[in-house]
Amino acid sequence: MATTQAAAPLGVRRRRRSWKGWQFVGPFMVVFALVFLAPIAYSIYLSLYKNRLIGGNSFVGLDNYQQALHDSVFWAAFGRVALFLAVQVPIMLVLALMVALAIDSGRLHGKAFFRVTIFLPYAVPAVVATLMWGFMYGSQFGLVGNINDALHTSLPDPLGSHLMLTSIGNIVTWEFVGYNMLIFYSALRVVPTSLYESAEIDGAGQFRIIRAIKLPAIRGALAIATIFSVIGSFQLFNEPAILRPLAKNVLTTGYTPNMYAYSLSFAGQQYNYAATVAIIMGVITMVIAYVVQLRGAREI
Amino acid sequence: MSRMLKVAAAATAAMLALAACGGNSDDKSSNSSSSGGGTSAADVTAALSKGGSITVWAWDGTIKDVAAGFEKKYPNVKVNLVNAGTGDKQYTALQNVVAAGKGVPDVAQIEYFAVLQFALSKSLANISSFGAADLKSNYTPGPWNAVTPNGGVYGLPLDSGPMAMFYNKEVFDKYKITVPTTWAEYVDAARKLHKANAKAYLTADSGDAGFTTSMIWQAGGKPYTVDGTNVGINFTSDAGSQKFATAWQPMITEKLLAPIAPWTDQWFKALGDGTIASLVTGAWMPGNLSSNAAAASGKWRVAPMPQWDAGGTATAENGGSSLGVMDKAANKALAYAFVKYASAEEGKDIRIKAGAFPSTTADLSSQTFLDTPFPYFGGQKANEIFAKSAQNVVPGWTYLPFQVYANSIFNDTVGKAYVSSTTLADGLKAWQEQSAKYGGEQGFTVK
Repeated sequence: MATTQAAAPLGVRRRRRSWKGWQFVGPFMVVFALVFLAPIAYSIYLSLYKNRLIGGNSFVGLDNYQQALHDSVFWAAFGRVALFLAVQVPIMLVLALMVALAIDSGRLHGKAFFRVTIFLPYAVPAVVATLMWGFMYGSQFGLVGNINDALHTSLPDPLGSHLMLTSIGNIVTWEFVGYNMLIFYSALRVVPTSLYESAEIDGAGQFRIIRAIKLPAIRGALAIATIFSVIGSFQLFNEPAILRPLAKNVLTTGYTPNMYAYSLSFAGQQYNYAATVAIIMGVITMVIAYVVQLRGAREI
Repeated sequence: MSRMLKVAAAATAAMLALAACGGNSDDKSSNSSSSGGGTSAADVTAALSKGGSITVWAWDGTIKDVAAGFEKKYPNVKVNLVNAGTGDKQYTALQNVVAAGKGVPDVAQIEYFAVLQFALSKSLANISSFGAADLKSNYTPGPWNAVTPNGGVYGLPLDSGPMAMFYNKEVFDKYKITVPTTWAEYVDAARKLHKANAKAYLTADSGDAGFTTSMIWQAGGKPYTVDGTNVGINFTSDAGSQKFATAWQPMITEKLLAPIAPWTDQWFKALGDGTIASLVTGAWMPGNLSSNAAAASGKWRVAPMPQWDAGGTATAENGGSSLGVMDKAANKALAYAFVKYASAEEGKDIRIKAGAFPSTTADLSSQTFLDTPFPYFGGQKANEIFAKSAQNVVPGWTYLPFQVYANSIFNDTVGKAYVSSTTLADGLKAWQEQSAKYGGEQGFTVK
């Protein structure tokens, strides 16, 4: 729609204005090409080669892609982050939404205090947060160990193979609830209060207002937050990588796709295959993010 | 916490390097004579009087004093010492700068198991023309063999790690445990201690490639065979490997191993407070114990490594590093001068004084060295045991030319045995398969 409307006048103007527009977007385009397009192009180039310790570098076409599509380690890692996405993201977003609605309701005492406290974990660097949680998860000398000692319980090891993904989900939720809350809250703030007043005059209760006015109004923000979370889940790296020294046998080198790409390139010197894995993961992420965006846009 | 922070810092650094890396080392075969400094012994003397600056990557704490001593002796030389991380972390960084072709140090600390890999990828320079080959008689055979793969000299031994058993005598006495001399006795001692006190463990092991390969080494196993680019990997029918897998399995199955990851703060705390009562590792351990588990000073003792056959004396090496000259070093002659100083000259004495365990035969047999009392071990002359262990290292062991990678996937494969119903034997089999797969992908002929 928008393109057909704009096409005619743009064509006329282009001849007259010549390079003026480029002068404005030029600086951005240079940086964009340098830090975004060039690395992607280079990764694609890398993914078509294979560099061996014996035999050197050679062009292999799409062999790396073929290998990745049949790589059980890669798909296991993908399945893991997909599960993470399906469970952790809804929990986090619902929590964030509830907090945002509660703060926006205006019925909360110490609104600013809650807002800052819940946002605070996001200000803690992920590395520090994970180190802190890793210490609490310790079943020997950490908090879990202390609880076991004090209460003579035997809590399951949060860093064991059964609970690891949950433990990581807990850290990520703790970190990002505040961030998503802020996105929702700022979207709620721009809703004109006159709408609420007229709804109240019409006899709508608070929950009705949420359902009929607030949620539809922030649908765009919901879609954005979901896309961010999808990307964040697929790129899961910091938390498992930092917890790894505590539980190397559970957090394998291919625990998440990003960790897999990292260890392929840094421990195994397989830059080419790592680039392939990264590109495949990037394409999958783009497709899913696009689907989420389409859904979000359609429902507005 | 400090170790985890280091890991975190390294991870962050690596992330940053991710952007920088990528140069695919197409110029791996770059001519080594292209860099300055010449390649003969005379050039070394010339380089020293001319002076200059060299960059050294090492994590060993004693290198700092060595660098200071070197600068004092040769005032024209400036040594930039960089700690780029311990072990694997440093190798990752090193591989990155070599691939990028920029920021390569002149000298790097390389553990023995990794020398072959860095030599094969031509990251390390062959320093035999500087006169390094003439130093052979200075060193014990194990470390010397490790730095001289394929007929070249790719570094000089810095220290060595003949294995011994460190144990907490106070805990042993309290639970009336006799010092085990065989692995069967060791497993029995583990049962006895854990039964007497559910919170105490004889040792901790959550899957460590270095420990596992050293145990197999001591058992006479030869799972790896390397002949140029022909590589053999065989745990499944290697007698030594199976001996280890069978003997160590009860430690896991009966939950006799402390559930504490080694080299974490928890681990040192447990070593200090008696939760972990023994440790079988290389002779470089005392310094780590006295600085990180100081609480137990005076309580620990050293005994010979438990044996596979009663009355035996066989031991193995665990860890130990060399200092190598990088192929891309700007001034190789000067770099070699530093390596020699640290390994065979005054630098070596500085290191021994600071508690490092030497790989030089003269020092290993010197009476003052052998008579040194260790306060951490209640005044015991522990070097006597270490020196004897150095003489009894089983000959013929070799690591893979891609051991750094193989070790990185150890916990993915053998590690499963520690957290699931997989057995050690199955884990070793999986390790063998995945290592072989990688070797094949890298162009080796794997049998």
